Formats: sequence, C-alpha cells, structure tokens
Amino acid sequence: MNWQAAVSLFGSVAIIFLIGLMASRKQSESTSFIQDYYLGGRSLGGFVLAMTMTATYGSASSFIGGPGVAYNEGLGWVLLSVTQVATGYFTLMILGKKFAIMTKKYNAVTMVDFLKERYQSKAVVILSSISIVIFLFSAMAAQWIGGGRLIESLTGLSYNTALFIFVLTVLVYVTFGGFRAVTLTDAIQGSIMFIGTLVLLIAVIIAGGGIPAIITDLQNVNPNLITPFGADGTLTPAYVSSYWILVGVGVVALPQIAVRAMSYKDTKSFHLALIIGTIVVGVIMLNMHIIGAFARAIIPGIEIGDKVMPEIALNVLPAWVAGIVLAAPLAAIMSTVDSLLLLVSSTIVKDIYINYINPEAAKEKVKKISMTITAGLGIIVYLIAVNPPDLIIWLNLFAIGGLEAAFIWPIVLGLYWEKGNRNGALASMIVGILSYILFHSFYPEPFGMHTVVTSIVLALIAYIFGSVMVKSKPLAGVERG
Amino acid sequence: MSQQKDYRFSIANREALIGIGLVLFNFIWWFGFAYGLGSADVSEYHYIFGFPAWFFYSCIIGVLIMAVLVFFIVKKFFVNVPFDDEELEKR
Repeated sequence: MNWQAAVSLFGSVAIIFLIGLMASRKQSESTSFIQDYYLGGRSLGGFVLAMTMTATYGSASSFIGGPGVAYNEGLGWVLLSVTQVATGYFTLMILGKKFAIMTKKYNAVTMVDFLKERYQSKAVVILSSISIVIFLFSAMAAQWIGGGRLIESLTGLSYNTALFIFVLTVLVYVTFGGFRAVTLTDAIQGSIMFIGTLVLLIAVIIAGGGIPAIITDLQNVNPNLITPFGADGTLTPAYVSSYWILVGVGVVALPQIAVRAMSYKDTKSFHLALIIGTIVVGVIMLNMHIIGAFARAIIPGIEIGDKVMPEIALNVLPAWVAGIVLAAPLAAIMSTVDSLLLLVSSTIVKDIYINYINPEAAKEKVKKISMTITAGLGIIVYLIAVNPPDLIIWLNLFAIGGLEAAFIWPIVLGLYWEKGNRNGALASMIVGILSYILFHSFYPEPFGMHTVVTSIVLALIAYIFGSVMVKSKPLAGVERG
Repeated sequence: MSQQKDYRFSIANREALIGIGLVLFNFIWWFGFAYGLGSADVSEYHYIFGFPAWFFYSCIIGVLIMAVLVFFIVKKFFVNVPFDDEELEKR
C-alpha cells in the first residue's frame, strides 16, 4: 500500500466532502425544498455551471477507461475522444435559453417535468420516468464498481472496504446536500481534473524525454499507434465519426446534463459557462487521452486498461502529488454518481410520487421522502455493486445510447418544432429504445457506425411520423415556440 | 399568451442555429485534417512540436480554435435576456 498517495488522495476527497456538507447548510433558508434540493434554486453561476457539466459528463468511462483504450490504440483514440469538445458548447447552445425559459414557465424541476408540460401526457411521463430509473440506475451501479476498483488499486484495501468508503462519502453529501452541494463539489472536482491532467501530462512528457522521443518510441512499438486508424487499423473514419453523435451531439438528451441546462441564474452565467466549458472539456479530454497514449512509451506492458492512469501517475510523479492528481478520476466518478443518484431520486419523488401518488404532500414530508429515497437508492446500489448481477451489467451497456435515442427528439423537437406532439414523442421513445437494444444485440454497428446513429435516425422518423400522422387536439396552455 | 410569440424565442432559435453551425465547422476541421493528412504512409508524416501533423492540426489546434471561436461568437452574437417576469414586463 502506498501510504503517501493514499493519504493525499483521501485528504483531497475529504475536503471536497466537507464543502458539500457546508453547502447543504445554506439550503435550509430557502422556501421551496424541491426547487432547492433538486435544482439548487436555479442559481448556478457561470463557472459552477461549466464545471458541473464537465464533471458530470467526464465519468469513469472516459476518465479511467478512456486513457486505457488510448494506451492500446494510440493517437487514433485521442482523435475519437476530442469529439467530446462539442459537449462543451453544443449542449448548452441547443438547449440554451429556450429550455431555461420554458422550464421556468412550466416550473419544471426535472427533464420529465418538462416533457410532462410540453406533451400533456401521462404515458410520456411514465415511460420516460421508467427509462430514466432503469438506465441510470444501472449506469450508476457500474460507476460505483469503477470507484471501488480505483480505490482498491491505489490503496491496496480490499474491494469491499474500498467500495464501502466510496459509497459512504457519496451518500452522506448527496443525501443531505442535494443539488447545490453536488454542483459545488462538481466545481471543485472539475478544477482538480483540469489541473490534475495538466500536471500529469507535463510529468509524462518529461519522463518520456520530450514529445518527439515519445512519438518515435510509439512508432517503434507499432507505427499504427501514431495514425488515426488505431493499433491494428480497425478504427474506420465512419466509426470514429459516429462518436460525434454518441459522445458529442447526443449528450443533449442525457437527463443529468439537461437538468443542468435549466439551473443557471441568468444569461450572463450561461454565456460564461459556454466559454469556460469549451476550454475545460477540450483540455481535459485532450490531456487525459494523450496521457494514456503516451504512457505506452513509458511503461509498456500494462495489461488491464483501467490501471493505466494509476500506474502512470505513481510512476512519473512524487507519491503525494500522484494522490492529489488521482483524486481527479475519483472525483470524476463521484460527481457522475452523485448527479445520477440525485436524478434517479428526483424522478421517483417528483415525477412519480408528487405527480401521481400524493400531489398535496407537505414540504416537510417531501423533504423526508426525498432524503430517504436518495439514501435508500444509494444503499441498494451499494448492495448491487458488492456483487453485481449480470442484468445490471447488461443494462449498463445500453444506458448512454439508450437514453440518447429515447430523449433526443422529444426534447429538441419539443423545444423547436411546435407541431411535435405526444404521439410523436411516445413513438420516438419506444422506437429509440427498442431499436437500440435490438440492433445492439443482433446487428451491432450498422453501416460501420456506432449503433446509436441508426437508432437516432429511426427515432427521428418515428417522431415526425407520429406527430404528423396521428394528430392530437391542440391543448390549451401548451406554449407555442 | 399562447399565440403571442415571445421575443426571447427568436434569440434562442438563432443561437441554437449558431450551435449547429459551430459543430459542423468543428466536424469538418477535425475530419479534414485527421484523414486528409493522416491517411498518408507513416514514413511520409510531417511533425509539428513532435506531434504528427494530422494530430496537431485536427486535435490540438482543433480544440484551440473551437475555444477561440466560441469565445468570440458568444461575446459578439449572444444576447442577454431576462428570465424574471417583472423584468420582462418593463420592456
């Protein structure tokens, strides 16, 4: 066990955790518990908004998994990963002011709230709530497993102990802190990621004897490592380009991202977030994947991709610095997990309980239920992560693409196409999810592109067809764009 | 209310179109340099600051140029609008 690294790692995490708790104190003064707990009272500033978007999105898969794949595939995987720079500006520009204005008018707190008011349909609400709970729940379990593994490989604690520490930290501050605590800790975690990857990249370049030397080394290992086509030339332009949809443009439809696009204070913060977000996402994605690709030249022969980040950090940095830098991937996982947890909880409390079970619930009761559900969910996920069932692992494969295929058109066309109606939205969600699962299982990667592309196209056809062919009566009170 | 167009929506629509324009530009820049320069044989690669030229232009300059573009476009073309109803009525 590396004590120095472990101490500075846990130290950094503890500081983040304390700030989350302090933020939760501020919360009790405000009037609407639901607005505050799940949306931070719509008061995010530009910096916090940009950072929370980045941190929520930069999850375990991109932080731990990504550099591991770049280690094996070389610069071609870095090329694929920079497609994510689009999330920095595109998501916010598309949802943009319109989403914030509409959700404020509707008094919407969640993405489902927005869909409910826009389409005025019980079926839309129930279908979208269920898909959010199922998909995000399994995504969350996968992240927790990742968090446990990271602590395990860094400190040498057993997986179960590591997982327990991880879960306890996250649970305490999400349960008591709510959205404000989550976004604030996200801002710190985003900053750690930004600075951490920068420090690590510089250290890697120095350790490797400069960029030209590293590139020559890579070329000697396998010339394909410095081409855009991956280690064995299998990354085709069509496949790599389709990641523009999966991790770039499609991110608009992820509920954990969309909810952030309605939580900012004013358009000034929004503009600032666009600028900061683009720079921060771009730099983090570029750095961290270059680190992964370059690591191959410095420590060859790492077999498990997930170990690339921890090993390279411990190799090129003093142990205590490595601990702080590695707080970044841990921070990334934590911030993804905490926002997912809160989102699943808000879906259950706000979209199902308050909508259909007890619309008249008093503030104190809602508060109690929100916290209980958040904590309860966390405990269930913990039990799942201790011994993950196959079903969860299977579902997790579909989580991101499935949510994108389900929600992209109901949200985007719901905002910008006034003829879109509930039939279109329902058809689009059903076709999106089903086609994604079916293609993924039986005919993966049609046309050489990631499966999500086909499903999004089919979902678009379904949305338009459903809206135009099966007209529903225009509803009083539906806002026209 | 439902028939009357909110003036803020035309601003929002224009900004969404700018977003689409930016992402298209981003994609063309990224694709053009990556596969335009990267498809050559490795022995014919040029290098800039040690990076293969395709990578340097497509990824490093690509990210940089998007950051700069977003900065100028937001500063120049994005308009502040009020979110509060009272502020709206003053207009």
